[in-house]
Amino acid sequence: MDPVAAKWIGAGLAAIGMGAAAIGVGTIFGNFLSGALRNPSAADGQFGRAFIGAALAEGLGIFAFLVAIILLFVK
Amino acid sequence: MAAEGNAIDPIHQFEIHPIVNFSIGGTDISFTNSSLFMVVILALISIVMLWGTSSKALVPGRLQSAAEMAYEFVASTVRGTAGEGGMKFFPFVFSLFMFVFFSNVIGLIPYTFTVTSQIIVTFALAALVILTVLVYGFYKHGAHFLHLFVPSGVSPFLLPFLVLIEVISFVSRPISLSVRLFANMLAGHITLKVFAGFVTLLLGAGAWSALAPLPLAAIVLLTAFELLVAVLQAYVFAILTCVYLNDAIHPGH
Repeated sequence: MDPVAAKWIGAGLAAIGMGAAAIGVGTIFGNFLSGALRNPSAADGQFGRAFIGAALAEGLGIFAFLVAIILLFVK
Repeated sequence: MAAEGNAIDPIHQFEIHPIVNFSIGGTDISFTNSSLFMVVILALISIVMLWGTSSKALVPGRLQSAAEMAYEFVASTVRGTAGEGGMKFFPFVFSLFMFVFFSNVIGLIPYTFTVTSQIIVTFALAALVILTVLVYGFYKHGAHFLHLFVPSGVSPFLLPFLVLIEVISFVSRPISLSVRLFANMLAGHITLKVFAGFVTLLLGAGAWSALAPLPLAAIVLLTAFELLVAVLQAYVFAILTCVYLNDAIHPGH
């Protein structure tokens, strides 16, 4: 295969990983919201933890983005 | 995109070009547009904080409320995540938060330069955080700090694997902390630029130019979303710094 074409296909495949991270972040905030609706008075205290979890889940998707960027732009 | 040399060049906005050329001993230390915007950010933070806290009115004005809200927000984040013992790191976390916040928000203004869209800047910030954690952890707790990597109450079979996992997760912290901020800023600005490119391409496409307001509306919505991301990433950077500092203050599981 043409190496340039392989590079672009690889970058596209790496972008799939970001969809998986989206599932993770959606799960975290969905569960946070359903918990918050059951017990709204406790929601504010757990706000920071929800964001820590979302940041960690997002970080793994960001690695996939990084792979795509490296494939495209690093010579 | 950029490689094909057509009208849309979303990477161009991240180029660093020197304004005043300097070099010492063959090392290029020119004053670049990146340095210029760092100076602008520092000047703005100083203006907001110094001016805002100069009057010390009992009923705060606009600028004083902004300064007090920023202080209260970061202080409650540090206290909630790292405990009362973390408050000695409050100036550090507050400086990090204000720098990241201002550089993200200033970067949203057209024709400005986003300092945090450069991986070297965010990596320098993340390396500073992790080095602080390591130095303070070993200074305060000595070898006991290594208990961070050894979970308690685990069967001896699993322990080597868990230690390996803990070490890997610690080593990947500076990478994920820096790349998260950098990639969010980079991806957001590229998206805005690509949509702006759609507008110009549609305007030059005859009858199709009637569709040009659609990507323009998308840009308006995306800019609002990017403002959310800019604030959120500054918050995430600050709170993860607190979480990592908490490991140095209270190590051991």
